[in-house]
Amino acid sequence: MIRDITLGQYYAGESLIHRLDPRVKIIATLLFIVELFIVNNFIGFAVCAAALAVYVKVSKVPLSFILRGLKPILLIIIFTFCLNIFMIDGRIIWQLGFLKITVEGLLTAVFMGIRLVLLIIGSSLLTLTTKPISLTDGIERLLGPLARIGVPTHEIAMMMSIALRFIPTLLEETDKIMKAQQARGADFESGNLLARAKSLIPILVPLFVSAFRIAQDLAMAMEARCYRGGKGRTRMHEMRFRGNDYAALMILVLFLGVTIFMRMQLPSVL
Amino acid sequence: MKNIIRIENLIFEYSHLEEEPAIRAVDNVSLNIETGSFTAIIGKNGSGKSTLAKNLNGLLLPSGGTVYVKQWDTRDDAHIWDVRQTAGMVFQNPDNQLVSSIVEDDVAFGPENLGIEPKEIRERVDKALADVNMGKYKKKAPHLLSGGQKQRIAIAGVVAMKPECIIFDEPTAMLDPKGREEIMSIIDELHREGITVVLITHFMEEAVRADRIIIMDDAKVLLDGTPEEVFAQEETLREANLEIPMAASLAHKLRKRGIKVPEDVITVERLVEFVCQYK
Ligand SMILES: Nc1ncnc2c1ncn2[C@@H]1O[C@H](COP(=O)(O)OP(=O)(O)OP(=O)(O)O)[C@@H](O)[C@H]1O
Ligand SMILES: [Mg+2]
Repeated sequence: MIRDITLGQYYAGESLIHRLDPRVKIIATLLFIVELFIVNNFIGFAVCAAALAVYVKVSKVPLSFILRGLKPILLIIIFTFCLNIFMIDGRIIWQLGFLKITVEGLLTAVFMGIRLVLLIIGSSLLTLTTKPISLTDGIERLLGPLARIGVPTHEIAMMMSIALRFIPTLLEETDKIMKAQQARGADFESGNLLARAKSLIPILVPLFVSAFRIAQDLAMAMEARCYRGGKGRTRMHEMRFRGNDYAALMILVLFLGVTIFMRMQLPSVL
Repeated sequence: MKNIIRIENLIFEYSHLEEEPAIRAVDNVSLNIETGSFTAIIGKNGSGKSTLAKNLNGLLLPSGGTVYVKQWDTRDDAHIWDVRQTAGMVFQNPDNQLVSSIVEDDVAFGPENLGIEPKEIRERVDKALADVNMGKYKKKAPHLLSGGQKQRIAIAGVVAMKPECIIFDEPTAMLDPKGREEIMSIIDELHREGITVVLITHFMEEAVRADRIIIMDDAKVLLDGTPEEVFAQEETLREANLEIPMAASLAHKLRKRGIKVPEDVITVERLVEFVCQYK
């Protein structure tokens, strides 16, 4: 059962978006987040939402799949919504004891709520349409210039991709250890929170031991295969911008212009 | 060059702590591995096989004596990468030697480290995967494959570096019989293609395929010779607590009863052949 876990919620597909260079998608996501903070009125959000809708449509990721990813964060959205609606002072429109709703509070709550939802959907599309491994590749190459000032970009990317590779292995290991402990009478399900947390210790200790053993083996295997850091290393997959990528970049720049223009021309909500 | 690897009076000691005495895992071993040969190394747990293997490509460096791979001393920093590219290594646990979460990227890892052109890497990866019959799995994630399949990927990863010699450290120890047979036939095939093979194993049936067997015992070489020569030393082997392949042991018993079984009868096939023709 533990083998089926999908990581980073990648939605396999062959759409235009899936085939874009990961660097373009990372830039697009970052820009979209910035744009959501540039926008300061509801018309701006409507435009952003429309753009996002087109992006989703082109990516062919089903909406239900995207919304499912929102579920775990729903609580945070509701929490910030309530915080905003009750905590901001201003013209009171409804009051019950110490709880009061103001016009400003309501506006801010709705505004922030929309921003948060768009932000989460926008950034989840990155992991939905890009394989984790291409993502780390893309990050390595985007950070490339920083390597010149001493940032270990190659090492960071290598660590991320090794982590991705070994998550399933460590899950399997955990499963094995748990079964071994259960066979000897360990009980992970009953008791209060503290008792249950304590019962995890016999799992964590051997798990750490085997993680170190795996790391040692892997380091040796990597050395045997002539790994010596990022210097002088080539890559099988060359990343090259193609027509689509340039077109996407143009659209991104245009859209950034549109949001800045809207901010300058339209009145702010808050 | 006649010998691809030359080991001269190799000593290797593990010393972690100052207080504790060092563990001598390889004690004054001298061996030559002939270019193009197929050598099997057998020995009990802890007899120093893995330590010896790791000394052959500079993963461990000698505490005493010297190891040469082609003309390079493994202690020479300037040529350590030549050494490791020449003598590739496949380890026991297939899980802990795969680096990437996509099969073909993993096979590409070695050539990428060597700084080879992307186009050539592509060709080598496709060829190496075809060599181990894993071509159709190239986009899969390794953790979804069986142990034998993972081990084949690990072999492809070494083959793609175009080594002249491959050292296998118990590559079949964690596999079922079917996976074991698959790996062994790949090793045979690589040897036929001209790669020098050093196979460390616990299984006598695997060792008889080699043209030379080295028996290690307590950090030293106990026996060294062709399979026929080595299995003829039944007493020595028994003293070292090593089993003999069933066919060799039966041949030995027949010989004791006065039946003239030729020395080269050590596999089941040869034994069957002999028995059927015996009058
Ligand atoms: N990293 C290490 N640190 C300290 N001692 C070690 C280390 N690795 C091996 N040894 C010791 O060196 C000796 C030889 O070990 P080695 O792993 O080479 O044996 P082996 O023949 O490969 O055994 P196996 O059949 O179990 O793989 C053993 O006594 C072992 O305890
Ligand atoms: Mg060993």
